[in-house]
Amino acid sequence: MNIIVCLKPAPDPKHWDSIQLDPVTKALKREGIPSVLGPLDKRALEEGLRIKEKHGGKVMAMAMAPPSAKDNLMEALAMGADEGYLLSDRAFAGSDTWATSLVLSRGIAKLGSFDIILCGSYSLDGSTGHVGAQLAEFLGILNVTQVVAVESIEGGKIRTRSLVELGYRILESRLPTLLTVTREINTPRFTSLLGVIEAESKPLITWSAADLGISADEVGFKGSPTQTGGIFLPEIKRQVEMISGEPEEMVKEIIRKIRQALG
Amino acid sequence: MNAGRWDNNKTGINSHGSLHDGQPHSISRAVSAEICENPRPNLKEWKGIWVFAEQEENCLSEISLELLSAAKILASKKGETEISALLLGHGVKALAEQLLVYGADRIFLADHFSLAKYLTLPYTRVVCELIRRKKPGIFLLPATSLGSDLASRVAARINTGLSAHCTQLDINDQGELMQVVPAFGGKVMATILCRNHRPQMATVRPGVFRRGEPRQKKGTIEDVSVEIKLEDENQKVVEIQWEKKPMQSMEEAEIVVAGGAGIGSREDWKWLERLAENLQGAVGGTRPPLDEGWIAESQMIGQSGKTIRPKLYIGVGISGVIQHVVGIQDAKMIIAINNNPQAAIFQTADLGVVSDFRKIVPLLIEELKKISKDKPVP
Repeated sequence: MNIIVCLKPAPDPKHWDSIQLDPVTKALKREGIPSVLGPLDKRALEEGLRIKEKHGGKVMAMAMAPPSAKDNLMEALAMGADEGYLLSDRAFAGSDTWATSLVLSRGIAKLGSFDIILCGSYSLDGSTGHVGAQLAEFLGILNVTQVVAVESIEGGKIRTRSLVELGYRILESRLPTLLTVTREINTPRFTSLLGVIEAESKPLITWSAADLGISADEVGFKGSPTQTGGIFLPEIKRQVEMISGEPEEMVKEIIRKIRQALG
Repeated sequence: MNAGRWDNNKTGINSHGSLHDGQPHSISRAVSAEICENPRPNLKEWKGIWVFAEQEENCLSEISLELLSAAKILASKKGETEISALLLGHGVKALAEQLLVYGADRIFLADHFSLAKYLTLPYTRVVCELIRRKKPGIFLLPATSLGSDLASRVAARINTGLSAHCTQLDINDQGELMQVVPAFGGKVMATILCRNHRPQMATVRPGVFRRGEPRQKKGTIEDVSVEIKLEDENQKVVEIQWEKKPMQSMEEAEIVVAGGAGIGSREDWKWLERLAENLQGAVGGTRPPLDEGWIAESQMIGQSGKTIRPKLYIGVGISGVIQHVVGIQDAKMIIAINNNPQAAIFQTADLGVVSDFRKIVPLLIEELKKISKDKPVP
């Protein structure tokens, strides 16, 4: 089975509280915040590795990201992916989900054949949750979102269990199919020292827009159907009344406030 | 495994009837080339506000009525304009009537056995066909698992912009839809526009808008014909498993008791559950309790776009990272209990109780029990 896992390295959430808005450029200042693979990226990778372990084949990790994401792809290789592909070009900057999905689809088309594509159901930063389905659309394949379990793969079909608001849906889809995965699907393995060493000799290939036959007009700021009109950091403050001291007194005050809220 | 393999080197591989014909590699190019060569729409021709009405098992979801409310607000700001709802399913005509009562001027009703259960391709096809024919200016969908899946695929096929889980919608001076979305867990809010493509699409989470007042039913129901295609054979719903919701949904709850990393153990967590029970409220939490398995994902407050607006929110052992705080900022009353006087949550609370919650919560439950003995807590 040829399995492709699409990853989206994003700024580490541990550092989000220090993201600032530059008052002059109105852009986000996030220098110095390292990018990491999100928990859903790792689960997508883990699921790909498990499918490979069960059915044979190879796992190819792919990301559309700046050059620094090489480290994140190395991590994917260390976890067990066989090949890494970084789609990186200045022209891709400012891409919305439509343009991102287009770039990824060209990267995947360049890879040749595949049976399953796996992505996290949403990224850490943008969290739209839209790239998976859009990528499937551009590739002309089926997609299943919010997968909590791959139940079986046989006879060219994949049976999946997906999380929905009122419960679960079991779908059967003909391969090739794209799956987006949720937290529930698995617990990602840790990278071993051996994995890190082996990663060094695995192929990690970078493709530019030219390599993918993409013109700057199709992607990035120009190619994206959505534009960002403005960014702001919401101010959330209330006039807080702080209390401490005797528990009995504090509880009385809490009850007073509860009455106020519900009364 | 070969039957379904998408292969760059083979011709005619898509014998099971895939979406497009021809060489796989050129499929991707052909699809995207066709999309990119689509001439920019004449914006003036695209009018009206559409809403996708979600239904499951022939029950209209609350979000459908909330979206109609949002559409009404936008319509009045735009000084137009017709509000239409798209309803797909089988045996759902009665739901169409409900939509007319709650603000739709027109319903596009695609009632067909092939649409009885949601599947991506059949639904995408019907919706895209309607969009191309009727040219709406704005199209709102629920930010639910179904809505996001459908919206993504439709926006990709039509080549238009789509924003995710908007927390605010407005119309600017140019008559364009302003879509405010959270990023970085809500730390950053961005206003998204879709200047040159149509329709302007946005998904909205449940609870952001409230359903409007029902009115005298008026408007039209337009039947939409549905074609089945060979490709529909490739995916099917094998089973739907309904799960009893563990507790009240976060979005509907009037009272929420939430816990965070400060709750050390499952035993301690039970105190929060007791408190919620005594208040007849819902239980929520941040990521650490989710990781511990004390709450389900649906109870986590601090995921992008998940906002709750209870009358009363009590946060226990929650430090107040921005992702969580943004999700609760619309609560009427915020009470925070935390041992650490420096905790960020105190900046966004109405009442800040500096104490070990183990000293407070059991006592609070006792007092509440006493009160409810005399008279019920409202």
